[in-house]
Amino acid sequence: MKRFLHNHYFHSLVLFSSILLLGFAIRDPYFTTILVFAGLNALSALGLSLLMGLAGQISLGQNGFYGLGAYISAILSLNLQIPVPLAVLMSAVLSSSLSVFLAIPALRLKGHYLAVATLGFGEIVYLLLNEWGPGGPSGFGNIPKFTMGDIALENPLSYLILVWAIFSAFFTLAQNLAQSSYGKTLQALHSSEIALRTLGVNILSLKVKIFILGSFLTSLSGALYAHFVTFLSPASFSVFYSVLLLMMVMLGGINTLWGAPVGALFITFLPETLRPFKEYDILIYGLILTASLIFLRKGIIHFLKQGIRK
Amino acid sequence: MELFLQFFFSGLTVGAIYALIALGFNIIYNTTSILNLAQGEFVVLGGLLMWYFLEKIHLPYGVSIILTLGISGLVGLAMERLSIRPLLKTADPLLLILITIAFSILLRGILMFLFGKEPYGYPPISEGAPLIIGGAIIQRQVLWIFLFVLFTMLFLYIFFNRTIFGIAMKACAIDSLSATLLGINTSQMVMVSFILSGIFASLAGVLVTPITFVEYDKGPLLTIKGFTAAILGGLGSNWGVMAGGFLLGILESLIAGYIHSGLKDALALLLLLSMLLFKPAGLFQSSEQARLRKL
Repeated sequence: MKRFLHNHYFHSLVLFSSILLLGFAIRDPYFTTILVFAGLNALSALGLSLLMGLAGQISLGQNGFYGLGAYISAILSLNLQIPVPLAVLMSAVLSSSLSVFLAIPALRLKGHYLAVATLGFGEIVYLLLNEWGPGGPSGFGNIPKFTMGDIALENPLSYLILVWAIFSAFFTLAQNLAQSSYGKTLQALHSSEIALRTLGVNILSLKVKIFILGSFLTSLSGALYAHFVTFLSPASFSVFYSVLLLMMVMLGGINTLWGAPVGALFITFLPETLRPFKEYDILIYGLILTASLIFLRKGIIHFLKQGIRK
Repeated sequence: MELFLQFFFSGLTVGAIYALIALGFNIIYNTTSILNLAQGEFVVLGGLLMWYFLEKIHLPYGVSIILTLGISGLVGLAMERLSIRPLLKTADPLLLILITIAFSILLRGILMFLFGKEPYGYPPISEGAPLIIGGAIIQRQVLWIFLFVLFTMLFLYIFFNRTIFGIAMKACAIDSLSATLLGINTSQMVMVSFILSGIFASLAGVLVTPITFVEYDKGPLLTIKGFTAAILGGLGSNWGVMAGGFLLGILESLIAGYIHSGLKDALALLLLLSMLLFKPAGLFQSSEQARLRKL
């Protein structure tokens, strides 16, 4: 019994069902919509958490993958009439395969250099979407809703189930991955590349794989986002999105994958509680991020755990 | 030919701004190995403060410049004291990158809080008809920009070669451990480097605002451009990164003029990515040189 309770399959299930319970209990479309956004953010943040927390590779270009995922899936389903689930999958695969362009510089670059290279990637995507995306800076709409066979998902509650189910599945997968020998190798990448090389680990394939996985989750979340809101404009895919993801991962706790959902829930609901300061959200974000980096370096999760132990 | 000259001069102007930002990058990088990703925000800070002193409380031009640069230096100091110093000991590069990003968001938020979202501008240093050289029209402000950049170079040369403080800072950049053993206060040098880089970036803002206007969210793109310039010239050498700035400015202006203006920013980013991929040491130094500078 005890083993069962401390199992991460069980933990994911608890997270999933409590989110659903919350959604069905409150039954407010607005609240549910925010929960859906939190789920999408959690999925994106999970990608970044794998990259940053596990493998120690910083990426400030996640907004690029989020945007590519959304745009490709929207265009595939809108212009080529590809069924939505297939379009979502295709777009996630296509856009994450572009992450090879980040993984190869990441072979040679570390720290600040990698940060700026990925920042440059995200910014290029953002500029291209503005220049050549359908509708240019003002965006385009009429993107089909998510449909599976005959069932079309219309109300936020159905998206709540879909998004959080997908998140929980990948969350469990990611935790399995972190505990596998592959995950341990990735953690070693965080501390010493030279040691790994001497042990005969293929750094190239290791880095390419983790970059693809990380950006796959973010692209997938972008594609789901497109079919949920049915309207896209480049403004949602600026560098600020990457910074938000960064905040989620850092605030939640970089050393644990649980940081992604906790941080995503926190950051997504933050603007709602700060509604009176809506205009000055950047200021508040800046304050929170700076303060948490200096005082709460290990994240909310670590903080809570310590509190419980005391 | 006239067209080319026109593009060339406007490229030099933008390049001068990039050069100043890149210089700020380099000074901090040399003493701490940190890339201060808040650099662009300091440019915006310079422009907005200058507007405040000049247009809001009507101080004379010279006084406004001095006050603006002074305050920007203080903000640089505050940044180092509040955010960099507590984390420098942990030496976790990820944290140090994140803290400069965090500070840049904070600074952007404060600027929006104080100045709002509107673009600001003010008259150039000296009014008068633009000059015409070889058919190209040059605003008078451009000449002032060149003058100030020249002053900056002169200052750098004297500071790093003729003053004991500058030489100590150079020693710190080459090997901070040996510098500490020689009795140089390295943490003081880190502080000074943040002040200097804040001042240079804000000088760029002060100079360029009469030409292009400034608003609170211009920072991130300027950061990337300044960084591209620094990479192009090769981080480590003050002269290299300044040359990189001018080169980037001219390339951008030619692309925008002859091909397509929308490609201007994308070019800078592509250039950045390909430099990082193929020659991270920069155009003007070999990879051995760069490695000696702990790249």
